Amino acid sequence: MKYAFYLGCIVPNRYPNIEKATRVTLPRLDIELEDMEGASCCPAPGVIKSFDRLTWLLLSARNLCIAEEMGLDILTLCNGCYATLKEANTVLAGNEKERRKINEMLSAIGRKFKGSIKVKHVAEVLYRDVGLDAIRSSVKRGLPIKVAAHYGCHILKPTDLREWNTVEHPTFLDEMIEATGASSVPYRNRMMCCGAGGGLRSGVLDVALDMLREKLENMRQVGAECIVDICPFCHLQFDAGQVQLEQKFKAVYNIPVVYYTQLLGLAMGLSESDVGLRMNRVAAASLLELEKR
Amino acid sequence: MSHLKREIITSSRINPELSRLLINSGIERIRACIQCGTCTASCPSTSRTAYRTRMLIRKILFGFKEEILASEDLWLCTTCYTCSERCPRKIEVTNAILLLRNLAVREGFMLGPHRDVAGYLIEHGHAVPIDEETKKKRERLELPTLPPTVHSFATALKEVQTLVKIAGFETLVKHGEKQR
Repeated sequence: MKYAFYLGCIVPNRYPNIEKATRVTLPRLDIELEDMEGASCCPAPGVIKSFDRLTWLLLSARNLCIAEEMGLDILTLCNGCYATLKEANTVLAGNEKERRKINEMLSAIGRKFKGSIKVKHVAEVLYRDVGLDAIRSSVKRGLPIKVAAHYGCHILKPTDLREWNTVEHPTFLDEMIEATGASSVPYRNRMMCCGAGGGLRSGVLDVALDMLREKLENMRQVGAECIVDICPFCHLQFDAGQVQLEQKFKAVYNIPVVYYTQLLGLAMGLSESDVGLRMNRVAAASLLELEKR
Repeated sequence: MSHLKREIITSSRINPELSRLLINSGIERIRACIQCGTCTASCPSTSRTAYRTRMLIRKILFGFKEEILASEDLWLCTTCYTCSERCPRKIEVTNAILLLRNLAVREGFMLGPHRDVAGYLIEHGHAVPIDEETKKKRERLELPTLPPTVHSFATALKEVQTLVKIAGFETLVKHGEKQR
C-alpha cells in the first residue's frame, strides 16, 4: 500500500515527533509514504472555512491536485485536514458547478481537479486496511498502561461525510489501543470535544482551556496514565494546553499525551529517537520507563 | 440588567431575509426548528458561557442579522457537530454557524487572533508556520529542517498566494475596522 503523505501544519511545524513516529512505524506495516511536495495548509476547517468558504475550497482543491498528479490516495494524520480534504474532495467530485468554478481559478496555476483519488485518515488505514491482527503481530512488548482514548470530533462528524456510521459510541481507536497491549479505560463524557476546534483555541483561549480542564478531570478520575489521540490539533490542545492550565489557573494534571503512531512505535520496541516522547511538553518519561517494567 | 427586561418581539420586527439566505445556501431545514433545546444541551460551549445555540437559531428565524454577526458568541462554537448530529429536526446547525461566520467576516467582524491566523496562511501557506524551536526538534529527529511542504518550495508558496489573491481572501480579512 502506497499513499500520498499529507503533513498539514501542526505535525511538521509543532510536533515533528509525530511525523517521525509515523514515518518509522507505517513502513513496518507495509505502508509506503510518498511526500506531497509543496502542499500547503489544508486549509483548517475551523478557522479558514469559518472566514471564507471559497478560499477554503480553492486551496484544498490545490492540495488534492498534488495527490492526483502523484496518482495516489491521501493519508493524513489530522482530523482537521481529514475533514477539509475529504469534504472538499466530495463536494468537488459531486457538484459540477462548483468544480467548474474552482477549476477556472486553478487554471491560473496550471492545475485541474479531476476527482480521481480518495482521502484517508491514518486511523482508517490502520484499522480497515492494515487490520488489528497485523498491528498485534508487529507488537514486540505489551504496554501495561491505562489509556484514555480521545477520538476527536472531525474523524466522526458530520456522519453523512464520514465512513464510521457511529458517532456516540465508536470503538475503533479503543480496539487499536488494546492491540498494542495497553488497556483503554472508559471515562465520563469521553466523546466531548477537546475545545481546540472552530477557532476557539486561537480566538477565545480561556473557554477552550475550560473545556480541556473538564476532559482532563474526567480522565484523571479513572486513573488514566496517558491520553492517546489521533489528531495533532487535539494533541496540541492536550499537551501545550496542560502547560497553559498550570500557568493561568494553577491546575496541574501531568497526564502525558501520545499520538497513536507514537504508542505503536513504543509497542514495536522502537527507541526514543524514533517516537520522540520526550519532546512533548508534558513529560512522558513515565512511559519510557515501561521498558523496565 | 438588560437581560432581565421582558422583551416582546412583535411580527413587525421579524425579517425572513436571513433564514431565506441560509435556506438558499444549503441549510434547508432551519425553519423546522421546534426550539427543543437539544442543541444547547449538547454544546460544550453553552455549559460554560452565556452562549445558547437554541437562542441563536431563534434569532436567525427572527432575522436579527446585525445582532448575530456582531456578537462574539458566534465564535464560541468549536464545530464539534454534536448539535447537528443530535438535532431531532435534522437541522445542520454547525454549517449554519459556519455560514454566519462567513457573513460576519464580510461585514468586517473578526477576532484579532483570527486575523493573525489568516495572515499566516497568506504569508507562509501554513496557518501554523514553523518556528525556531521546532526546526531544532526536526534536526534532532533527523528530519529535514524544513518539511517538504510550501516551506521548502518557493514556487508552491507562490501558487498558494496567487490563489489567495484570486479568491479575494487578502482583501476580505484585512478590510474593516470593527476588529475587537
